[in-house]
Amino acid sequence: MSDLRVGIDVGGTNTDAVVLDADGRVIAKAKRPTSPDVTEGLRAALDAVLASLGESRERIGRVMLGTTHATNAILERRNLGRVAVLRLGAPATTGVPPLSGWPDDLRKAVSAGEAVLPGGHYVDGRELARPGLDAVRRFLDEVEAEAVAITGVFSPASGDHERLVGELVRDEYGLPVSLSHEIGSLGLLERENATVLNAALYGVAADVTGALVAALAERGLGARPYLAQNDGTLMTLEHAARLPVATIGSGPANSLRGAAYLSGAADAVVVDVGGTSTDLGVLAGGFPRESAAAVEIGGVLTNFRMPDILAVALGGGTVVRERGLGPDSVGYRIAEEALVFGGATPTMTDAAVAAGRTPPDDPGWRLDVPQAVAGMLRGAVTAADELVADAVDRMTLGRTDRPLVAVGGGAFVLPARVPGAGELIRPEHAEVANAVGAAIALASGRVDTILPAGDSRSKAIERAKEEAAARAVAAGADPSLVEIVDLLEVPLSYLSEPAVRVHVKAAGPLAR
Amino acid sequence: MSIDVSDIPALARGCAVLGTGGGGDVRTGSLAAVRAIREYGPVPLVNLADLPDDALVVPLSGIGAPTVSHEMIHSEDEPRRVAEEVERIFGRPPSAVMSSEIGGSNGVIPVAWAAQLGLPLLDADGMGRAFPEVQMVSMYVAGLPADLVIMSDVQGNVVTIRPVDGLWSERLARAVCVAAGSSALMADYVLTAAGARGAVIEGTVTYALEVGRATEGVPDPLGALQGRLGAARLVTGKLTDVERRTTGGFVRGTATVEGTGDDRGRTLTLELQNENLVAIEDGRPLAMVPDLITVVDTETAAAIQTEGLRYGQRVTVLAWPCDPLWRTPKGLETAGPRAFGYELDYVPVEELTAHV
Repeated sequence: MSDLRVGIDVGGTNTDAVVLDADGRVIAKAKRPTSPDVTEGLRAALDAVLASLGESRERIGRVMLGTTHATNAILERRNLGRVAVLRLGAPATTGVPPLSGWPDDLRKAVSAGEAVLPGGHYVDGRELARPGLDAVRRFLDEVEAEAVAITGVFSPASGDHERLVGELVRDEYGLPVSLSHEIGSLGLLERENATVLNAALYGVAADVTGALVAALAERGLGARPYLAQNDGTLMTLEHAARLPVATIGSGPANSLRGAAYLSGAADAVVVDVGGTSTDLGVLAGGFPRESAAAVEIGGVLTNFRMPDILAVALGGGTVVRERGLGPDSVGYRIAEEALVFGGATPTMTDAAVAAGRTPPDDPGWRLDVPQAVAGMLRGAVTAADELVADAVDRMTLGRTDRPLVAVGGGAFVLPARVPGAGELIRPEHAEVANAVGAAIALASGRVDTILPAGDSRSKAIERAKEEAAARAVAAGADPSLVEIVDLLEVPLSYLSEPAVRVHVKAAGPLAR
Repeated sequence: MSIDVSDIPALARGCAVLGTGGGGDVRTGSLAAVRAIREYGPVPLVNLADLPDDALVVPLSGIGAPTVSHEMIHSEDEPRRVAEEVERIFGRPPSAVMSSEIGGSNGVIPVAWAAQLGLPLLDADGMGRAFPEVQMVSMYVAGLPADLVIMSDVQGNVVTIRPVDGLWSERLARAVCVAAGSSALMADYVLTAAGARGAVIEGTVTYALEVGRATEGVPDPLGALQGRLGAARLVTGKLTDVERRTTGGFVRGTATVEGTGDDRGRTLTLELQNENLVAIEDGRPLAMVPDLITVVDTETAAAIQTEGLRYGQRVTVLAWPCDPLWRTPKGLETAGPRAFGYELDYVPVEELTAHV
């Protein structure tokens, strides 16, 4: 039997692990501090759940990991590979060369050289220029790179030039290649940035998958490993090795999916209250709603589809003053500084306790404060409730019927009911919702392209759906259970022929 | 004075405010401008009075589909080809570049074009804001003949059009643009300095810079911006509804702002067509085109483009007077409310908001 699943999520503070049985029940959970190298904390959390499983550890069939390795590597400019940045767009696009707007230190750490060479397509599919393969060779002969990032103009609609040049690089130079049409959507500079970051992360990806495989082998586990990505779905390790940039932002996505799963709500607003901030996200049809705005990673703009998260400065450690709430927090010093712990700094935790709001396992916190302080704390609760109601309203887009799922260590500061939302659910195991989210995730694939709006439209959309399903299968989904979970059509203006931009996403449970 | 790399963020912010919701995203233009200044040096800013009467001024703008210009970015060679064609036609090289449209992306990117050409930028533009159609420029309102259009595309093609009037100018330019892949660089109305006097809106580059700087590092960015613009605050509140549809190549729609705080109970509706055109409360207009209406983030005072409007945003709607040129009969005929299909007689924003 291999009916158990392990979910591990590496967060900024803690690394969480859970074990789910065949019915999806949480049968073991653990929280360990995240270690600077990430891997040690991961092993500790894994060992803790294995210990509580005992003999049944033999039954673990899959291990899903959501990790911050890639994010940290970019933020700290560490372990990044040198990338030859190749754009297929000349004679167009020379007005803004590759890596424009990158922070100097990141550019220095990543770029082995940049070139804008002939190639790419027009919006209607005509070639801008034939790719000059000799020019590609001349560029690559001059640079010392560990990987190559290739970005062609309009490649999400016409990817053949990228593939052609990619094959040359693999065959003649033996270097790993990132092709932009496999990574991002329309918007050349943002897609190019994500593609370059992806190529720079191949070494990090190898480290993560190596560490995970080694950790499983050392513990005698025959489980199949997966990595979580930023849309709340999973990838096989082979897939993750090619798309490491997709692991960035998997934490919030896992947290949202886990919270929904534990509460039984597929459409909900999730409120994650931490020590210094509260993150709100929306689940629609079981998947995180994605941000419409461009996403910045390490100072670089990308058009990555990330969960739409609204962060507000409210947490258990938020400092309460006469003039108002925060935005600063006592952070991890809460256990010394908050009034309920005998400290001298009034915090949001104190205000909540004074209002009769305590954590579910009632730790017996008591508060005895002068009248003036009590008044100030009451004011803080009112201000915090308004802040939350305001943030919930922004995220629900006016739909007031969705339930609110409260998770995170500071969730007890929330009122029993928030105006503008349905019932407030505080699910069991909420403190490890992110690891649960990793454990229950599906595998997915997506396609973003431009199609003619005329008679051939429906056929073209069918082809896009098939392509998305094929990509989901490549990521590890069961071919017989893949479904189209998202289909978006946007008409385009100012074109010769009517056209639509189509976004398709397919997802399905992991193949047995 | 000259424009350096450090001026670009303020210029971009100011151009976004003057874009009244349209004019394209200033981001790519900012990157191009920074890159060109680093490569070719700062761009001198000149006044019309500094130029001899026969000096040639080239108003430049990018035209095409926004989706395309974000993907097929322009070629660095396009401005040079247009400049060479100007020299071939007139027998002398251009003396300055001018932005056709200070609002949005076309207000920022001419800095890059001027740098690439080694020419100064004229402290002026053809709108003082953003407008969607080619004939909605001050040169047309001033009665200059629309008899020359020069276009260059990413391949190096140069097309010179000698249209009989503004309608043909628009029709032919659009056809060339589509054939060129829905993106091209265009010089419309090549001007002499003498001809430009009274036919362009002067001082708008400096103005955009000042508007952009007004919100830098101040405790109350919204108040600072409102003060700098001399704008009426139409409403402060929350965006509760945004409706958009693409028809005839333009994005049309409405946005509804419900008042909060002091404005609680009030509801303002904005009519959009690429730009914010009319602001209505209780069936009564509070501001209308060609006066400027911009939606800004209440906290940061950063302008929000029409395509960036989202439910729940905390916004303030500001409106302020357009250049007097647009309030002349020809100006209103060209870009007044009826030019956009609204059955409204133009009333200046300062009269409509006198009670606010």
